[in-house]
Amino acid sequence: MGWFTKSKQDKRVIKDEIWTRCESCKAHIFKEDWTNNLSVCPRCNFHGRITAYERIGQILDSGSFKEINQSITPSDPLEFSDAKGSYAEKVKASRKKAGLNESVITGTGQIKEIPVVVAVMDFRFLGGSLGSGTGEKILRAANTAYSQRLPYIVFSASGGARMHEGVLSLMQMAKTCAGIARLDKRGLPYFSVLTHPTTGGVSASYAMVGDINISEPGALIGFAGRRVIEQTIKQKLPENFQTAEYLVEKGFIDCIVQRKDMKNTLAALLAYYQSKR
Amino acid sequence: MEPTLEFEKPIAEIEEMIAKLKKLSEDKKGDFSNQIKELEKECVEHKERIYANLTPWQIVQIARHPKRPVLEDYLSLICDEFIELHGDRRFADDQALIGGFATLDSRRVMLIGHNKGKSVDENIKRNFGQARPDGYRKALRLMKLAEKFRLPVITLIDTQGAYPGRDGEERGQHEAIARNLTEMARLEVPVVACVIGEGGSGGAIGIGVGDVILMLQNAIYSVISPEGCAAILWRDAAKAPEAADALKLTAQSLHELGICDEIIPEPAGGAHHNHSETVENIKNTLVKYVDKLSRLSGSKLVQKRFEKYSKIGMFAD
Ligand SMILES: [Zn+2]
Repeated sequence: MGWFTKSKQDKRVIKDEIWTRCESCKAHIFKEDWTNNLSVCPRCNFHGRITAYERIGQILDSGSFKEINQSITPSDPLEFSDAKGSYAEKVKASRKKAGLNESVITGTGQIKEIPVVVAVMDFRFLGGSLGSGTGEKILRAANTAYSQRLPYIVFSASGGARMHEGVLSLMQMAKTCAGIARLDKRGLPYFSVLTHPTTGGVSASYAMVGDINISEPGALIGFAGRRVIEQTIKQKLPENFQTAEYLVEKGFIDCIVQRKDMKNTLAALLAYYQSKR
Repeated sequence: MEPTLEFEKPIAEIEEMIAKLKKLSEDKKGDFSNQIKELEKECVEHKERIYANLTPWQIVQIARHPKRPVLEDYLSLICDEFIELHGDRRFADDQALIGGFATLDSRRVMLIGHNKGKSVDENIKRNFGQARPDGYRKALRLMKLAEKFRLPVITLIDTQGAYPGRDGEERGQHEAIARNLTEMARLEVPVVACVIGEGGSGGAIGIGVGDVILMLQNAIYSVISPEGCAAILWRDAAKAPEAADALKLTAQSLHELGICDEIIPEPAGGAHHNHSETVENIKNTLVKYVDKLSRLSGSKLVQKRFEKYSKIGMFAD
């Protein structure tokens, strides 16, 4: 878990002011065109990573989002340090760089006037890893959906567990799923949108148990890392292994939705939920 | 006692000397009783010193010791009866993760656990306790059966992790584990989870959502193996001892973090030194919790389990 590492190209993209280089087809795209196209490559349709707030802007009705539990942030329970420094320093740097307190943003809002609770992960904060704070926020948002009897939608983007919090991170898998399990008791819909990338402990917990599992084109979704699998089985894996398309083929994703259609699709799906009220 | 762990070598050496002197005494080649007494005293001192100060990495070695009791030992030593139930009804019968009806001290339960196997052939047949999705789906099938039969569930955890192979990925290793976490959260029978050896990440927690989480004294429970963590964060798998230290993966650490409810003692130096003593300890503790939890209603158990997991985690707010 936690094996997803940023490629070198990403850093170049950040430095470049005019051009964005597509992670997939390597084409140079005008930054403005890239942004106007919702960070989707106009050449190859690669769906690039976006921030949690960008996602919220694309999905929720304008002005409807009310953030909850914004102040939750890591506390370094293990006083963890590795060769490159301490977890506390990494958190500090990530908070500054991403302008976030944790790897997920949660709150209430509306999708085409349908009230929902959302949790949106942000890969920029420690690779979207599942820390104690992440698990807490995802559970609390589920509890909000439970108590207010609202549908719950989680957008995942994560390299997996957060090693710096050790077994506490692992336990968040059970904790978040316990929150999801409770929604069934009240017959509340739970949609999981697995965006690029959703791997390791997040794929093996709340991200994979949606009533409906949705993804975006080309998203990487997997439990074990490609390199680990190749070393284990001593074979090369097919090119499309662990892509959203591959998971549809294997029966784990209901549908792949273009980013520009995501809001409409979610609204259309929610319309099939016959609320008891 | 073979093979000897590196840090146990001084003890093994003395034990070997004692054995030789005893043999000589038996063969009437002289009286060595004083020397034997001296060495025995020295041996006890060594044991006390070494075993009282085990590092996390040394505990990892004990948790993985090839002579450490595995699921099969517990089945034959703590169960009056075990009726294995096979297959996930979807694809296969995973030999790495097994389960069935069991009777412990006249309590009927559903017992599920990773089985590493005792010999090299068995290890291979059982994939060293690294289960595929079929194993996790079989486990869930048996847990749902336990719920129907109103039987407490005991899970014994001992795996490096879920098997990271192509077939497992294709059949949804993530979905199988995620489903178990979700369903175990609302299982309306008692669930007693106990780590007997290695509690390796998703593969361990995939059967680990218990009303209580128990650990044998030298068991470990971690989000990632020390080697894996060292390879990523230290860029050097040889730094595993440092990673083992940083990950806080021992039973003692998990108890301090509020995750492990009770540590089950092992004989000095680890369970591999004395199987029967470990078996007695684990059986008594499992039965204690089965009895305690069986007094609660199904809905109460689910509510309390939800509250227990809601509290796990440390963050600032
Ligand atoms: Zn492109």
